[in-house]
Parts: sequence; C-alpha cells; structure tokens
Amino acid sequence: MGKTFSKPAVLSHTMTHYCPGCTHGIVHRLVAEAIDELGIMDRTVGIAPVGCAVLAYNYFNCDFQEAAHGRAPAMATGIKRVRPDLIVFTYQGDGDLASIGMGEIIHAANRGEKFTTIFINNAIYGMTGGQMAPTTLPGQRATTAPTGRNTDQTGMPIKMANLLGGLVTPAYVTRQAVLKPQQINKTKKAIKQAFQYQVENKCFSFVEVISTCPTNWGLTPLASLKWAEENLLPYYELGDVKTPE
Amino acid sequence: MAKVLMKGNEAIGEAAIRAGCKNYFAYPITPQSEVAEYLVKRLPEVDGVFLQGESEVAVGYMIFGAAGAGERVMTTSSSPGISLMSEAISYIAAAQCPAVFVNIVRCGPGLGGILPAQGDYFQATKGGGHGDYHLLVLAPDGVQEAVEMTMQAFTLAEKYRGPVMILGDGLIGQMMEPVEFPEDLATAPSNKDDWATNGMSTRKSKKRNLVKSLYLDPTELNAHNLNLKAKYDQMKREEIQFEAYNADADYKVLITSYGTMSRVCRTAIDLLKEEGIEVAMLRPKTLFPFPEKAVFEAATKKSCKSVISIEMSMGQMVEDVERCVKGQRPVEFYGECGGDIPSPEKIIDIIKAMI
Repeated sequence: MGKTFSKPAVLSHTMTHYCPGCTHGIVHRLVAEAIDELGIMDRTVGIAPVGCAVLAYNYFNCDFQEAAHGRAPAMATGIKRVRPDLIVFTYQGDGDLASIGMGEIIHAANRGEKFTTIFINNAIYGMTGGQMAPTTLPGQRATTAPTGRNTDQTGMPIKMANLLGGLVTPAYVTRQAVLKPQQINKTKKAIKQAFQYQVENKCFSFVEVISTCPTNWGLTPLASLKWAEENLLPYYELGDVKTPE
Repeated sequence: MAKVLMKGNEAIGEAAIRAGCKNYFAYPITPQSEVAEYLVKRLPEVDGVFLQGESEVAVGYMIFGAAGAGERVMTTSSSPGISLMSEAISYIAAAQCPAVFVNIVRCGPGLGGILPAQGDYFQATKGGGHGDYHLLVLAPDGVQEAVEMTMQAFTLAEKYRGPVMILGDGLIGQMMEPVEFPEDLATAPSNKDDWATNGMSTRKSKKRNLVKSLYLDPTELNAHNLNLKAKYDQMKREEIQFEAYNADADYKVLITSYGTMSRVCRTAIDLLKEEGIEVAMLRPKTLFPFPEKAVFEAATKKSCKSVISIEMSMGQMVEDVERCVKGQRPVEFYGECGGDIPSPEKIIDIIKAMI
C-alpha cells in the first residue's frame, strides 16, 4: 500500500511556538500543501509579518524575508517587480495588515501586484498581548479596551476583504475560516486558487482567514472555535468577494 | 567619452543605469523629482523596472524587498522623504542588503523649505533610524562627483552588503554641469547566492535563504551587532575619501566643509591667497567613515592656529571636527540654513576676523 498522507516538503521539522489551539498551524499547513501541489517551492519567497507569525520562516523550507510591521506588501512588491518569475506571498495578521499596514495593502492590491496575501483575522493583537485590533468586534474585550470595544470612539471593525474587493482593479479576494473541517477544506481550495492565479500571472490574490486566539480571548481552544463561529462569522461573512473573471 | 551637459538629478539617474542598476522605486519630492522623471523614460530602454510607490515608507520596503532578492536597486528622495524611509533603512542595514539611497537635501526641520541645505548630516551619519547601524555616506561637491559617487555606491553597497547614501543637496540636484560617466566605475554585480532570496531554483545550493533582522536570543543578537560593527570598522580602514585644498601652504586657518559649501570655501581660499592670506580646507568626501586622522593632522599642522567648520547647517559636522581635533586647536563654526548659500565674500570676512 502506498503512502496516502505525509507532511508537505516545504514544511520544516520544527517544534511550534504557537499557543495551544491556535489556528496558525492549520493555515501554515494549507499554504504548504498549496505550494507543494503547485510544485513552486524552489521559486517561492514568503514574507513574514510582525506579530505571532514573525517566525513563520521557521516552519517553511523556502526562501523568506522578514518585514517591518505592516510593510510586507511593499516588500512583496519590490521582490515581484524585480523578479516576476518568483512566487511571492505575504502572511499577515490583522494588527499588521489592517492597522499599521493599511496603506501598503490597499496600494499593492490597487496596483494589481501579482503576489498572494494570506490574512489571518482573529480580531485581536496576538504577539503584543491581546490589544484591540481594527477587526475587534463591538463590545469585545481587549487589554486596550477593557470594557469592550466602544464603536463611538473607535468605529466599526474593518472588513478587509470587502474593502479590497471594492477596488476596481481585478483581483481574487475571498474570506474563509478554519473553525471546522469543511471550512478548512474550502480554505485550502481558496489558498491554492490564490497561488494558481499568481502562477498564471493573472492578478493580486487575497485570502482572509477567520481564525482564533484562545490565549488572548481568554477561552479554551474548543470554546474559541465556538465563540468565533457564533460571533465572528455573522459579521465576517464567508465566501468569495471578488474573482478576476 | 565626451562630456555632456546635464542637470544633477538627471545625471544621477543616468549614473545608476551606467552602474548596472536597472531597478528604481521612488516617491516624488522637491528638489529631486527630476530623477524619477528621467528614469521613467530611460529605464524601459534597458528593460529596467520603474515604480512610483504610494509613500516613502512603502518605497523603503520596495527597496528592501528588491535588494533582498539580490537585485541592484536605488531610490532618490529629499530630507522629509528620507525621514520616512529611515525605518526601512534601519531594517536594510540590519538584514545586510545592498541598496543605494540618494538624499538631495533641502532645508529643515519639518517641511522647512525646498532650497539647498546640509541639515541632514546627523541623520545620515549618526543613524536616522533606530539601533546600532551606519550608512556609508558619500558627499559630492558637484554633478561630476555625484555621478562618480553614485556609480561607486553600488560597488560599495555590495562590498559591505548594506545601504549606501549619496548626500547631495538641492543645488547639486538642480544645477547643470558638464559630466562624463567613467566606464571603469561600473562593476559586475556580486554573486548573492549565499544569502539573497533569489529563488532556490536559480542557485546551486538547495539551502533556503532568509533575509531578516530579528534575533530574540541575546547572545545571537550581540554577535550580529558585532558583525555589523566589524563592517563599519572595515569601512574606516578602507573607504575614507577626502580632499585637502591648499594644504601645502603654511596656513593659519583650516576650514572644514563638504559638498556645495566646500566649493564656495575653495573660491574664498583662492581670493584670500591673492591677498597673501593662506587658508586650507579639509573636505570630507566620505562623511561616514569620517576622515578622522586627516582632520587631526591638518588641524595640528604647526602653522595652523585655528579651525572653522563652515556648513549649510546650524552646526552638525563641526561636532565630528571637534571630536577629531581633540582640543588641540580652537574649533569655530559658521553656518546658514535657510536656503541661501553663504558667499565667498562672507567667508572671507569671517576668516579675516579670525586672524
């Protein structure tokens, strides 16, 4: 009997630094599977953000660059413009992409840069210890919003996929989740599709992934999945926002 | 090659291409936007890459990405824009990527003004961004030197795997002078396979490359910073450039000055000589590494009674001059920083008042 399941070649053999129950590991694996299946590992360059995934390069065997907070789309632009034959992806969280890096992601998407962005939305800052993010839900508690997010002062959570999908430039923009196996399968398809568009030099591709942060939400991993299902998904609707066709 | 009459900003753009740089990212800012306007037309002729970024912040990281991928790359900007790029410059220095930054300095602080100045000396030589790093800083005194230094900058950036800055000013960027492009200053790009993210398929080694600046382990980070320091120490041994003007005379006063200001000082020295007054000038061409020994030796020549640093700033390079003179001679300062360049007559009056 042949081997039916194995670790993607682009995933390294490294002990994880992510917290128990964190969904980064799932998304890393999905990215790795897509890279393996498309056979692009030896020409792929990843860009790590600032935040929990700053050490993402420890888990991948392909070339990697490490950006400053929010600047990954500008770095990806620099790489992709001078080396269009490389496959470039950024992997960013919500503090990184939707707050400090808002300018960089919007302009990269609007220029139609031919790279792929994986955007982890767990509605909070992880690495710095649970501060409010632009994606934090109304009333959701954070260390810098101890009584819950006050939308009178901070506005409503930003729906990044919808915002980028509103640009006129053609792109692939989708929002998926990794809270249940069916969602994980769909996210896998979306990530592979995003890389496929890049391989075809077609458009900018953006996959928002609704994720959890048990540590900073103060919930168990299981309770986090339930909380996200009940609270994040009604606000952050899943599905394709825009396709290039 | 015959000389051609070119505006400084355009000559810098052409020099980059002649040096083998085909990648340029920039954001418009006066008084250097002509570099971008020149290169947007010129780069397609050599199959190069031109991109106008959305901000100097983003451009800094476009440079970082392209340099990290192993390609020769340049940006040009002016003072407020360099402030915004300084975040990326710190990361590029830390991640050890070769890149060329040109600062056509204007008056500051804040929006300041658009006229020439030398108020970014501290920013260029002492940091600008956070952490322990240095740029190799070249200061041209005209369009010809701007061309030569831009061409040299790519070789130096690769030799030291780090950012190199050309510190010009609005006059050098805007004025026209006859220039030639010395072919021997163009070098072949170095092999970057052992560190750049140029794709594993393009390298013999199948080891993946990582461009980064994060070292969470204190011992590793200290070792990393020691490695960076070793490069800066090597620059001090191997890269110092300066000009000593009228230094053979028995001068009573030594001027220290650089860039545009040094040209005015040279005229003043010639005029004073006609009156029988001997003055010399030590002009640093590299601001980092600074010609420490040359300044000390010129200042402590037996005939020399005092030193004056003359700058288009409120007193910046003078701090390095004082450091190098080590209290052996009095060090004075004269500077203006509103956009007017002090005239030779003004310099002559100041020198006469000193003796």
